[in-house]
Parts: sequence; structure tokens; C-alpha cells
Amino acid sequence: MSEATLTAQPSGGSPKVSSISEAVIRIAGNSQDGIQAIGGFLARLAGRSEQEVMTHMTIPATISGGPSIFQVRIGSGEVLSSGDEADVLLAFYQHSYEGHINSLKKGGIVLYDSDHVQPNADWTKEYHHVGVPISGLTVEAIGGTAKDKGKNIYTLGLVAKMFDLNVPKLEKLIGERFTGKDPSILNNALAAFHAGYSHSLGNVIETFKFVESQKKTGHQVVMNGNEAMGYGLIAAGVRFGAGYPITPWSDIMELLRRELPKYGGSFIQCEDEIASISMAIGAGYGGRVAVTGSSGPGISLKTEALGWAIMAEIPLVVVDIQRGGPSTGMPTNVEQSDLNIACFGGHGDSPRVVIAPANVEDCFYMAIEAVNIARKYSVPVIIISDQAIATRIEAFEEPNLEKVCQDISPDLSPVADHKPYDLSAADGVTRHVAPGTRIMSGKYPIATGLEHDELGHPTGSPKLHMQMTAKRRKKLQTLASTLPTPKIYGPSEGNVLLVGWGSTEGPIKEAVDRARAAGESVSSIHIKHINPLPNGLDNIFAGFNHVLVVEMNDEGLYGYGQLGGLLRARFGDPKIRGINKTDGMTFKVKEIVEKARANVATGLRKL
Amino acid sequence: MSSTISDIPARGGNILATPALDTERKGLTKKEIAADHPTWCPGCGDFSVLALYFKLIEKRKLWHEKITTVAGIGCSSRFPYFVQAHGAHYIHGRALPFASGISLSRPDLHLFVFGGDGDAFSIGGNHFNHTARKNIKMTYVVMDNWVYGLTKKQTSPTSPLGFKSKTDITGALDQPVNPMKQAISAGATFVARTTHTNPNHVLQMMEAAMDHDGFSFIECLSECVEFYEGAFDSSNPRKGGVFNTVPADHDVTDELAAYKLAGEPFPGSFGIFYKTNRPTKNANEQKIISAAREKVKDLKDWQILQKNFDRLK
Ligand SMILES: Cc1ncc(C[n+]2csc(CCOP(=O)(O)OP(=O)(O)O)c2C)c(N)n1
Ligand code: SF4
Ligand SMILES: [Mg+2]
Repeated sequence: MSEATLTAQPSGGSPKVSSISEAVIRIAGNSQDGIQAIGGFLARLAGRSEQEVMTHMTIPATISGGPSIFQVRIGSGEVLSSGDEADVLLAFYQHSYEGHINSLKKGGIVLYDSDHVQPNADWTKEYHHVGVPISGLTVEAIGGTAKDKGKNIYTLGLVAKMFDLNVPKLEKLIGERFTGKDPSILNNALAAFHAGYSHSLGNVIETFKFVESQKKTGHQVVMNGNEAMGYGLIAAGVRFGAGYPITPWSDIMELLRRELPKYGGSFIQCEDEIASISMAIGAGYGGRVAVTGSSGPGISLKTEALGWAIMAEIPLVVVDIQRGGPSTGMPTNVEQSDLNIACFGGHGDSPRVVIAPANVEDCFYMAIEAVNIARKYSVPVIIISDQAIATRIEAFEEPNLEKVCQDISPDLSPVADHKPYDLSAADGVTRHVAPGTRIMSGKYPIATGLEHDELGHPTGSPKLHMQMTAKRRKKLQTLASTLPTPKIYGPSEGNVLLVGWGSTEGPIKEAVDRARAAGESVSSIHIKHINPLPNGLDNIFAGFNHVLVVEMNDEGLYGYGQLGGLLRARFGDPKIRGINKTDGMTFKVKEIVEKARANVATGLRKL
Repeated sequence: MSSTISDIPARGGNILATPALDTERKGLTKKEIAADHPTWCPGCGDFSVLALYFKLIEKRKLWHEKITTVAGIGCSSRFPYFVQAHGAHYIHGRALPFASGISLSRPDLHLFVFGGDGDAFSIGGNHFNHTARKNIKMTYVVMDNWVYGLTKKQTSPTSPLGFKSKTDITGALDQPVNPMKQAISAGATFVARTTHTNPNHVLQMMEAAMDHDGFSFIECLSECVEFYEGAFDSSNPRKGGVFNTVPADHDVTDELAAYKLAGEPFPGSFGIFYKTNRPTKNANEQKIISAAREKVKDLKDWQILQKNFDRLK
């Protein structure tokens, strides 16, 4: 927390109101306590107040119950990550208290349910403790039967008081959330909220007020990465999808199943991932790019069919929301260990496009980009996201939907002649012509996975296999030349360049800020186009002594991690090395800075 | 309604037109429908299935662009290359879900899937069950030769007990799949059996299958002269066998009776075993779409999305 730090007054002092520019609040409880809802309300409120917000949550591994956390960072300035340390910890149970006190910064506030938590005497010296019998007071406010549902809203009231949050806006948000349900539910929720809000935190604690946000960007929308991806696909014009449930991809298929019919489309739940990708490819063959998706285990199953789409040159979008692998791995943790399968999974030479959103806003726009690349280059595009982006809530500038939404209905107008695999195209790019299209020459194409001639008929000709292999590669090289070179965060020359991809962008940028503030020469880039890589990276790398690739995956047999390995293969540059980890949690800023320091044997040379 | 290209609605959504026939355009001749010369062994049963598919296209005046022929992998699955029309040669065992993607997004096409017994009941077994139970509109012809042809004589899921193959040198040991029983129990809404040696019957079954609104399945015995010669002789009167059609009093809507027919020892009966009308997946999805569209019918796509975004502020 910058500026006024969130340290509490010693007890007995008179309550004071401090002006703050940001706060990190961690809510720890069990999954059924509705703590996600508290976080969601706070995030949405921040979005409506033009504040920046980022959240982080853990999905409980068990179906019901089990510890769960939600962390929200709200700031009047730029918020890059969900924060290393919390200013406030809300602990519902003893295990939440004991398990998360370490995430609280020294001198921070722990607000706990005194009906369930017995404070530890040692810790009361280090952290400011505020006990409120949350369970009991919720029962008092709304009655016993509703208490499990109301506890979270009661707590929201306490937080609203502590941070002087905008009550009418919160009431409105609560109202929107509970509309359409039994009115008594809304009344209970509001009663719980007001009881929490009017509960006296006594004179033991100061309250906080966010400084006015500097951002004047117009309206913001607030959603998580999976929602943004689902809506992005709809905006892109996708009207058909197929999938099989798996965490953390299921949200997207559920959203599309619910929403697509409004647009005349549908999303089919299949018997498995092979059927899912096959159905999506079939629909793509039918003339409109379709989507399938999964997480690691399902992506493995899809690879044979993916190879077919590459060979047959059928547009397709595949979403991979990574979790910890291999096999069933760590289903509810984050990892970036699917880059290799995304880029190379499958047999034979099978070039495909892989792009990686770095934040929630990217999930929306890169879904559209994926669809457009797939169409233009007749190629499968894999969007590789991860559990952290999928579940975190961010506010971003509301897209101009009228401009952004596109119609990609198939064009079935007759053509004079058509060669689906025309070799005369110098850039290797040919278009798929869908069934239903009359071909006046009377020669119809076959989409095929066998090596083929220009019309799609099988061939054993070594020459054609060489030419077609080159064609499938060339079109991606053509694409590469159109991709933007990543922007450098920080100076374009220096000692260390941190390179990241996916959900680590925030912590990496903060690491750069922190290191530079300490006088160290560090910059960063974030690569969003993984395969093919954009041109110009070698130029960027030339400006630095060390190129450290920050990834949530193993350093691998040769010590480079997965993107690190790809960059090594691309540039053959021994200064490329990795900062890797596999603890199933998002990078902390501190970790990146410390590992970078350790990694650079010479230490970070001062500029 | 004449199905011209401009009938395809341009707005977001699926193509809703049902297949329609143009009365002005002449039907195709066999010469126009035939593409590559088949690569099958001389005498292979698959030739007659192809010839009858051509006949069907001719007779029913289907046009190139409205026909989509899909197959998996196997000798029989080479089918699409031999047909001058849009088609796809997909991967082993997965032709049905691929075709489902076409069916559910392009109901304006006549969709036919061809393949072998291994493709259908071994590697693709689960897809067979689910496509049948979902009742996705298409016609699926399994050219059953009781053997793996393309990979040169391994045991297939329909190989009878005792069949000597390269993978069962002392004879097949595993209980064979009964395609008819499989189809009926999986929930297929049209289940028929025919054999390549009776061309008129094959055509009759293909026509009935094509006219069925739902997942129509035909098991067509198709001899592999290379690796299982004589397999079906006892069903061929010219080889001293008997070709019995389904008894005239058989009730095609009676699932149990159909199951019983399916249990007859080879050569059994030929014809439609089971046929019922159950809403297709296509129709069920369309129902959901119509209900959803009703609520947003005056809105453009971006406005529908805007409503969601307004709730995310
Ligand atoms: C994933 C995969 N596994 C195995 C094969 C090899 N393979 C090709 S066709 C075939 C079996 C074909 O038998 P069937 O489906 O009965 O067709 P037939 O050749 O008899 O017409 C096999 C095993 C393959 N192409 N793909
Ligand atoms: S191997 Fe058998 S199934 Fe294949 S083409 Fe030859 S005869 Fe037909
Ligand atoms: Mg076979």
C-alpha cells in the first residue's frame, strides 16, 4: 500500500481517516462462504469508481467446502498484479487465520470472526487484530436459517465501513445481484450489509479513504478472464462450439452454451475432447470458424485432430486454460507448462498459431484476433490462457461493441474454380471454401489429412509433400511478418531483460519497477504471439546482457523452461536463461526480483 | 422453396434452410458425380456401395454443392475421393463427431458418412453411441467386411469368433460387436441392414435412410475379397446362400422385436429393423435458439452483447 500505509493505530487511539491510493484485501474462508461474492462486489465497485482492480482466487479442489481465498487489490493508480502482501486479512476460520497470516504485511490488519477464530498471542504483537463475532451478528441481523448466505454480505458491510466505500453504489450492486429472486433474499442481503456497515469497529481502528482515481478513461467493465474470452469469441462472430467439461475451462463452455442461442448459435457438450474438437472442425469446415477448448488433459486428447485441421487447412480456435500438469496434475493450480504441447503437440510437421493473452482485457480482444487469424490463414489458432487469468477479475475500458462485433457468416457464393491447396500462392495462404458453394468447373475439393495435391486428392509424390509442407510453414512465416514487435517496458538497453508470457505480465512489470527504484538496470517484454514469434526480438535482446525468461514451469532438462527453450531454439543465444517455478501459485514480485538477482551471477549492474 | 445461394441468411446464426431441390437444374449424370477412379482391389464390395451412392444422387437429383461426403480412415473410408462433390476424409474413428459439426451448423446439406467396421465400432465406438443417442441428422453407412482391410487383415470388432487373422492366428477370441444391436441400444432412430450383393436393396435402404429425419444407420455387408473372401456367401443367393428380407409383419417401431431380429444367426434378415421419430439434436438446438432469439429479436448482435456488458459494470 503506497502513500499512507495501512498500519493501524495502537488500540485506544481515536479513529482516524487516512487517505490511501490502494489496498490489498485477502478474504480467507471456505468455498461455501461466498467469499468470491465479496471479492466480486469489491471488484465491480472499483470498476464503477474508475479505479483499477485486480483479483486473485484459488479454486477449492473439493466440490463443496474446503479452504478458498479471494484477494482483491484496488488502486487509484495502475494496478499490475493482485499484490504480494495483503493490507487486510479477513479470516473466517481458525485455518484461514493460521494459513494466511503470513500473507499479511507486518502491521497489517486481521479482521476475524471471533466466533470461530482464537487469536494467537504472538501474532497479536505483529498484526493489528480486530475481532468481530461475524457469525453471531449475522444471525442476529437476519435470522439463523440465512446465516450461511448472509455472512459474506455482513462482512462486505464491515469492509465498506473500514474503507469508506460508496454505500449507494454497493446497495445497487447487491440489488442487481439478487434481482429476480425472492424479494426476501434481497431484503436479507441488504439487512446483513447494513448490520455490518453499522457495526462499530470501535475506536480501535482507523478507516481509509481512496484518493480520487486519476483514470478518466470512460466506462469500465469488470469481469474475469474466462468471461472476457467467452464474450470475445461471441464478438468475433463465433456461433458454434463444442467441448467437454474440465476445470478451469468449463466456465467458457457454460457461458457459450448459455449465450450462443441468443445469436442463433449453439454450443454442444460432447462425449469427450476428441469428439469436441472434431465437431468444432466439422463446423469450421462447414464455413464458420468454431471453437473448442479444454485444459491440459483434454488438449492432449485433441492433438491428432488438431493435426488434421493443420493438414486440411481448416480454420479453428482451440482454447487452452492451463492448470498444473502433467496428467490430472494440480487441477486447481496455475502453471504455464502447456506451451510446448500448444506449439508442438501432435505428430509430423504441423505448424499452428499460438497466442497468449496477458490479462483479462487481452482475453477479449485476442479471442477476436484468434478468429481472424484462423480465417485469414486457414489454420488452427490456440489461445493459451491459464487458471490465474481465467479466474481473476479486472476492470478494463468498455469495448465499443458496435465497432468490435463482426459477422463471419460463410460466403457461399459460387466460384468459377477452386483449389483448396493452391501452390501458386507465394505466401502459402489459401482460403477454405465451404460445402454449399457451387464450383462452376464441376471439380470439387476434398478436405483431407492425407498428403494431397492442390485439389485435395491423395498423393505419394515426394515433391508434393515437400511443397505442401513448405506451404503450411510459409503461411505462418507470412503471418509472423505482420505481428507487432513487443514493446519494451523500461529502457531499451540495459543489463537485464525479463521476458514473460501469459498471466505473469503484472508481477514482471512490478518487478521491473521495484528493481529500477533500487537503481538496478532491468527492463521487460511480454510476448503475446508465441508461435510464430514476431520479428524483431533479436534486436531487443541485443540491448541487454541477460535475457531471463520468467515462466511458471519447470526449468526442464536443459535449464531453459518452455518459452526459454523456444527462444533458445530461435536465437541460439546463450544469454537466454530461465526464472522458473512450479509451486502452483502466481509469481510474487519479490520472487521475480530475488530470482533475477540470484540468476545474474554478476548481480544487477547499476547503470 | 428453391434453394439458391441467396436463401442463406446473412445475419449471425446458423444456416437454417433445410435441403431443397431445384426443379430447373438437371440432375447429375454418373459421369459428373464420379471423381477419382477407386483404389480398391478389383472385386471389393465397396465398389457396389459407391455405384449405388451415385445412383442415389442421380435418382434424387442432388447437386454437387449440396452433397457432403465424410469418412474416417480405412479402405471403405476412401469413399469421398471417388465422389465429385464436397467432402472430407477425416481421421480414424472420428468421422461422426466431425460430421455432427457440419450437420448442426449446416442443415442445408445432405450429409452422408461412410466407413468401415473398425472405424465405427472400435476406435470410433463411443462416438457411434453418442451420435446415435443425440440423434444428429445424417446418414451413416458402415461397410462391414468383418476385417481390417487397409491395415491388411487384423481382427476387427465384427470379426466372428474363430476368424483367423494376423492378430489372431488361432482364430478370433473376443465376442464380436453386433452392429444392429449396438445401434438399437444406443438410441439410433433408423437402423437398417443390407448387403452389397443386392444393389436394389442397397439403394432402397439408402433412400429410406436419407429421408429419415435423424441419425440413420445402415450396416452394409461389403466383402473384402483380399482378406476375408467368401465371408458373406451364405447371404448371397448366387453363391448358394439366402437373402431374407425383414418379415412383412415386423413392426419397425418395436424396439424389442428389432433387437430380436438383430439376434438372428447369420445371414439373418435384411431391411429396416427399427425406425422411430424422436426429435433430432438439430431440432432441439433450434428450439433453444428460437426461444432465445424471441427475446432479443429486434436487437443486433452487438446490442445483445451490450446487454451483458451493461450488467458487468
Ligand atoms: C489413430 C489411428 N490408428 C490406427 C490407424 C491405422 N488404421 C487405418 S485404417 C484401420 C482399420 C480399418 O479397418 P476398417 O475400419 O474396418 O476399414 P476397412 O479398411 O476394413 O474398410 C487402422 C487400424 C490410423 N490410421 N489411425
Ligand atoms: S483390402 Fe479388402 S476392403 Fe480393402 S480394397 Fe481390398 S478388398 Fe476392399
Ligand atoms: Mg473393415
